[in-house]
Amino acid sequence: MNQPWLLKAENISKSFPGVKALDKVNLTIEGGKVHTIIGENGAGKSTLMKILMGILLPDEGEILYKGVKVKLMSVQEAIKTGISMIHQELLPFPELSIAENIFMGNEPTSRIPGWINKREMNKNAALLMNKLGAKVDVTRAMKELSIAEMQMVEIAKAISNQSEVIIMDEPTSALSNREIAILFSIIEELKQQGIAIIYISHKMDEIFKISDTITVMRDGKHITTCAINAIDQKKLISLIVGREINSIFDKKENTPGEVILSVTELTGEKFKDINFNLRRGEILGIAGLMGSGRTEIVNSIYGLEKIVKGDIFINGKKVKIRSPKDAIKNSIGLVSEDRKKYGLVLGSSVKHNISLSSLEKCKNGLFLNLKEENEIANAQINKLNIKTSSSDQLANYLSGGNQQKIVIAKVLLNDADIIIFDEPTRGIDIGAKSEIYKLMTQLATEGKALIVISSELPEILGLSDRILIIREGEIKAELSQAEATQELIMKHAMA
Amino acid sequence: MNFKNLLPPKLPADHSPAIAIQFKKYGIFIAFLLICILLTIATPNFLTLQNIVMVLRQISINGILAIGVTFVIISGGIDLSLGSVVALSGVAAASFAHPGTYGLFVPLLVGLLIGVTIGTVNGLIITKGKVAAFIVTLGMMTIARGLALVVSDGRPVSNLSDSFNFIGGGEFLNIPIPILLFGAVILIASVILKYTKTGRYVYAVGGNENAAKASGINVNSIKLFTYIICSGLAGLAGIVLASRITTGQPNAGVAYELDAIAAVVIGGTSLSGGSGKIIGTVVGALIIGVINNGLDLLNITSYSQQIIKGLIIVGAVLLDRKN
Repeated sequence: MNQPWLLKAENISKSFPGVKALDKVNLTIEGGKVHTIIGENGAGKSTLMKILMGILLPDEGEILYKGVKVKLMSVQEAIKTGISMIHQELLPFPELSIAENIFMGNEPTSRIPGWINKREMNKNAALLMNKLGAKVDVTRAMKELSIAEMQMVEIAKAISNQSEVIIMDEPTSALSNREIAILFSIIEELKQQGIAIIYISHKMDEIFKISDTITVMRDGKHITTCAINAIDQKKLISLIVGREINSIFDKKENTPGEVILSVTELTGEKFKDINFNLRRGEILGIAGLMGSGRTEIVNSIYGLEKIVKGDIFINGKKVKIRSPKDAIKNSIGLVSEDRKKYGLVLGSSVKHNISLSSLEKCKNGLFLNLKEENEIANAQINKLNIKTSSSDQLANYLSGGNQQKIVIAKVLLNDADIIIFDEPTRGIDIGAKSEIYKLMTQLATEGKALIVISSELPEILGLSDRILIIREGEIKAELSQAEATQELIMKHAMA
Repeated sequence: MNFKNLLPPKLPADHSPAIAIQFKKYGIFIAFLLICILLTIATPNFLTLQNIVMVLRQISINGILAIGVTFVIISGGIDLSLGSVVALSGVAAASFAHPGTYGLFVPLLVGLLIGVTIGTVNGLIITKGKVAAFIVTLGMMTIARGLALVVSDGRPVSNLSDSFNFIGGGEFLNIPIPILLFGAVILIASVILKYTKTGRYVYAVGGNENAAKASGINVNSIKLFTYIICSGLAGLAGIVLASRITTGQPNAGVAYELDAIAAVVIGGTSLSGGSGKIIGTVVGALIIGVINNGLDLLNITSYSQQIIKGLIIVGAVLLDRKN
């Protein structure tokens, strides 16, 4: 290679009506390095990536690939140029095989035109997957794979397209720690082969672990680019938010009140014999790897999943919860880990999403009082500082952090006393994160009882008064706030 | 390549949503007005009170059906059995409407009950049996048609009482009864969708069933409700039709469901559910009616009319997507 760099974006600007999403942004990507791009939601990262992938056209600026000016008009052109993207939400063809997914659009043909040479396709797919250290049967259907394995397939696809720049958008958001370790070793391998990785993530610890170079963006502008060892976490956070954040956790000593929720011998398809008490004013953390059964436990308490055996007591009274409707009646609220699936009606307005569970409150006899609904929704928008142009805006248009706040607003409107937060800050920028943390601590101070599940250990440690650790569907340990450390949690979670 | 997931969500980010929504809101009205203006210029008889009343009466049956199926489509479902329900309820109501037998109340009740019952069966099989709505209502389409033929022995049921025939042929304050019924249905349906909890839940279920459930909504009962409303209105439409042609026709109403669905789609309701308005459906039905009427006035043969109607349906939706 003549140039030390593979891909260069120069003075890229892009405006949407009312917003300058990118303002003369420069980015230089070098081969064999992991270049992390970080910034709050709305900083312009995804717009920049969409431009690099040919999904959006820049208003101004140039893209150079290996010293040659390129115009990326479509995803196909971006891929042909040598850029691939592993998207955060993988949407493969679930019914097709691994091999068919890898070579989709790029199938090896046989002598008869239009026919696919299946044998060669499977052979090449197996080679690729082996190279990535994944020993899987490439004729298996995509839908049978775990998210980590699907990601592997996407990476294999990028390699089969001979991409030299691979964009990874929050690749670890749905992975367990073990799977993350595997992904990181693959990234190392790709680096060895001179492939450049553009890495997008909000997780500080992994950014410092995996990156070589880091670029900070804020409000559509390029703030800085430097080597990762030239910066520390505190400095980085202050660059991202444009202000110093002393501590994003505002943890106070809680004095838990009486027991509000207790479950005994709770057993479901993916967990068994779960026993715990939850007190008013307490934040109970539930830690465990992805797939350990932690989400299934809280979902069953909320009536989203079947309970095979065991009892739930609220304020000492046994209750039957067969549906979320029953749960809400018993003043339980859930902020689900999957806000697009269980949290929001994306095509509905912010207002209608907020009021969805509590329309009873804005009713005059048979009919809804739309004015009152509007007032109630606006009060929540102000209280939670939801950034939206109006309460009639579709939820779809809001950033992840603001969408999450809508879900929280909806749950709070129900007057839930027991609120379950499952991965409350997944895919959310650091500013919204700290607001949500503050809100959670405040709710506990008000006497609500909270359960929080998180894959991010600092989050669990920073919020919880007590931590349960789940492994293979069982509670393996219970740690107090004082004794809990990241290492101790991982020890029990992985064993 | 599987890069669909990279594309921006449904509404592209570089469109101002406000403008898009504004156009969505009024585009269909503008189209309707344009068609009316064109026809007013092209034919002398279009803009006469007599013709307008005729168009309204003609569309009232399709309009009532379309409003019913709007509920189903907003909730994310589909109903293909409407045309057959029209025939069955018409034949059944007519069988109880011979002069000097059961009066007016019994045939009306029979017609409506048949609609409600079929809606209940459809809804229960779809929700409890977890069978796709397309399949269930496709099956019901032939079952109800068969029942209509069995009940009537394949023959038209005629010789109906004057009071029964008044529903389709009579007037109140110089306005034909079918138009009044259509108006009442529009009003009640709009109020239900906009001002009741149930109406709001219909949108939520169609927009995101999982989130609706997690928000404490009984998704199955909402779906059941939409199928009952839909078939119930088809029952009403069957009575109006039988009364208007003074005969219970077992072969009536073939493909009526398609005209109804077309009106809904032209009216801007997405077949994927979660959005839509009654007023849109009404304008959709008006557009279909005005086109039929206009093509008649222009002396275009009924064969060519079908082609033009099809083009307009696809064109209207295409325009809507572009905007």
